[in-house]
Amino acid sequence: MKKVFAKPKSLTEIPFTYCPGCHHGIIHRLIAEAMNDLDITKETIGIAPVGCSVFAYLFFDCDMIVAAHGRAPATATGIKRVKPDNIVFTYQGDGDLASIGTAEIVHAANRSEKITVIFVNNAIYGMTGGQMAPTTLEGQVTQTSPYGRDPKTMGMPIRICELLSTLNSPAYIARVALTKPAYIVKAKKGIQKAFQYQIDGKGFSLVEVLSTCPTNWGLSPKEANEWLEKNMIPYYPLGEFKCVEEGILNVR
Amino acid sequence: MAERLLMKGNEAIGEAAIHAGCRYYFGYPITPQSELTAYMARRLLKIEGAAFIQAESEIAAINMVYGASAAGGRVMTSSSSPGISLKQEGISYIACAELPCVIVNIMRGGPGLGSIQPAQGDYFQATKGGGHGDYHLIVLAPSSVQELVDLTIKAFDLSDKYRNPAMILGDGLLGQMMEPVQFKEFNKKSIPAKEDWALGSSKGREARRIVPFNLDPNELEKLVNEIGQKYQDIQKEVEYEVFNIDNPDIIIVAYGIVARIVKTAIQKAKKEGINIGLIRPITLYPFPGAAIEDIASKVEKILVTEMSLGQMVEDVKIAVNGKAKVSFYGRTGGVVISPVEILEEVKRLLK
Repeated sequence: MKKVFAKPKSLTEIPFTYCPGCHHGIIHRLIAEAMNDLDITKETIGIAPVGCSVFAYLFFDCDMIVAAHGRAPATATGIKRVKPDNIVFTYQGDGDLASIGTAEIVHAANRSEKITVIFVNNAIYGMTGGQMAPTTLEGQVTQTSPYGRDPKTMGMPIRICELLSTLNSPAYIARVALTKPAYIVKAKKGIQKAFQYQIDGKGFSLVEVLSTCPTNWGLSPKEANEWLEKNMIPYYPLGEFKCVEEGILNVR
Repeated sequence: MAERLLMKGNEAIGEAAIHAGCRYYFGYPITPQSELTAYMARRLLKIEGAAFIQAESEIAAINMVYGASAAGGRVMTSSSSPGISLKQEGISYIACAELPCVIVNIMRGGPGLGSIQPAQGDYFQATKGGGHGDYHLIVLAPSSVQELVDLTIKAFDLSDKYRNPAMILGDGLLGQMMEPVQFKEFNKKSIPAKEDWALGSSKGREARRIVPFNLDPNELEKLVNEIGQKYQDIQKEVEYEVFNIDNPDIIIVAYGIVARIVKTAIQKAKKEGINIGLIRPITLYPFPGAAIEDIASKVEKILVTEMSLGQMVEDVKIAVNGKAKVSFYGRTGGVVISPVEILEEVKRLLK
């Protein structure tokens, strides 16, 4: 019988440690498929973050390093400057990238470091037990916004793709979701494109993936998908925000 | 014979680093070491394949160092006291990951924003770890511009040898002063190959993982113990200078620029018939405790002089272990000690 579906070779045999219904597993798979399809696994160096996905270093079958909280873009910068021929990607959650590591992501994007950033936005801190993230929605209840996020004192949720798109330097910025097959197909294309941009030396690429956290949202996996579609997508619209086909260095 | 050049301390460190094969520098400007950052920009931006980045912060800079070192680059960062404080988390990660790099601290007055004048208030931070967890840096303390050169090159070699971050601990006076220096020809073959552990292309081998944590306490204890064993091995790298130690009335222990000032005090003292000896630790970690203990059995009094409230004096007391009376004289806040006041303190102690 013909095998039509299997674990991508760029993933190790180690089982994922994520909660049921969490999207990290799908996102890992899409990255691994992109690495396989582009045949870059053996040339890739990944940077795992602090947070739920800290164990990402175990799951990808390429060289990996764990960065300090929020500093993955800086660590990636150091690696890429020493090994410009390798493909370098960071994997970061919303606390990591949009809170403690805001400076690092803004400046790595602004230097147009030739790295690929996979930004997982689930609107909440997962590993530390469900506290408010910079991306937590208005009115959303979390451990540290127990009466709902109040924009008067807590600010409005940060839209990273829109924010980084105001910079001239980044080459590719897109937001995708995974709640239905059509979205997953688009997400795969977006991630592949982000890596292709790096392979082609076009500059900084980032894909934001809207993701669920059933455990900390207090919802079933199915309800979590519905909540994401109903609440997150209207505030975090999907699509490509920046797509400098010629590469940023050629358009100034 | 290499040419003699008149160079500012900070720039001499930069040139020494380039001689040592350093091709990656990540830093952030701060007085009194900014000339070093500027020097690295001027040199590295002209070298094919090298990288200089003025990072967005000291925190970003040290994490660029972490990445560059993990990828096998010979890499350096530099800063001054408050900036080094910001780098501490990253330094702790680099120590845990057992990666080599050189960190330059051209100290200024503290705490807080302090001053921009020379001081030695970062001794504890430099020699006791500085960041969180059980670790040490290799700490070298030059006292002349020539030593800034020689010890910078040595710091790269020691950090590679032990895969442990090494620090050049100087002060604002050393960084800013100009003296003649010579660059001996550097043999590039002495840079150790890093292909057996550094990240890169994993074709033909297992994927590598650099992981500065372990959630299993027993596993982490094993790792920390292994790193601890390395500190035992590092003890053999102890280096110090002794000066005028035949029949001294008193021995002074001082490091860095203060040791230079003590030498002037020794000349002045001779004219007054007072014989002062000096021990100058060149490696602050590993600390030359055995040498100090040895000399303590030959004198009654030991004076420790520092540009701080008194930090190295604790290590001296441990080394002396009651064999002589240890006293302390210090100025702090960015005030530079004068030879006259050192001599006055010696006279007071000998009374």
